[in-house]
Amino acid sequence: MADQQVDARGLNCPMPIVKTAQAVKALTSGQTLEILATDPGSVKDFAAWSKSTGNELVEQTVDGGVYRFVMRKK
Amino acid sequence: MTVAEAPVLAPEAAVMPAPVEEPEAKPRDILIICYSGELEKTWATMILATTGAAMGAKVRVFLTFWGLQTFVKDGRRITGENIMQKMMSAMQRPGISHRKLSKMNFLGMGPWMMRKLAKQYNVSSPQELLAIAQEMGVEFMPCQMTMDMFGLKREDMIDGLGEPVGAATVIGLLQGGDAPLFI
Repeated sequence: MADQQVDARGLNCPMPIVKTAQAVKALTSGQTLEILATDPGSVKDFAAWSKSTGNELVEQTVDGGVYRFVMRKK
Repeated sequence: MTVAEAPVLAPEAAVMPAPVEEPEAKPRDILIICYSGELEKTWATMILATTGAAMGAKVRVFLTFWGLQTFVKDGRRITGENIMQKMMSAMQRPGISHRKLSKMNFLGMGPWMMRKLAKQYNVSSPQELLAIAQEMGVEFMPCQMTMDMFGLKREDMIDGLGEPVGAATVIGLLQGGDAPLFI
């Protein structure tokens, strides 16, 4: 279970990433964040965000148009 | 929403393998030269500035020529000290809420439709993105020369802008390795 959650469903670029960055700030190293998004662009965007920030993308699923990402803060 | 309320994913939900990538060194600083004042370009500036900050980069935005007009307070109708400066602001209303489209403006019909579509598709407005950018530490640097030329004073500008600077500051940042974006 993730320590925090961001519900970015319905939001368009760049808000899923922006909200995630804001939420990650409040976490301590090693804590996890679950993000729900409906923006199909977020799949590539979260991979890029993870690569740039070093926060690990530990899980990624899609179900019925809802993308779910779990990030672990570096 | 708490984790407990999260929709439960069906067991057959497709699982995509998470890419294994080595985190890179600290990302390059980004310098956006905000030169244009049209609605769509203002939008692009705000989207890229907030995303840059979200990705851990230091983002600076240099506000010059028409781009600086966007950062005049919305309520300022006429700006400037002499008649020509006042006429310029009268011909093109400053402020982020009064941006026009470069194409299909049709006396404001285009921007109105664009804002309507943005709302429908949950795209944050330039105003919302500007507030987020400032909250995330994006630095906005007004161009001193443009302020002088248009007769703009600090009190004409929105709150939270940095000190006015010149072209040498911009070039210095570029020489220092900032990733440039000219919008």
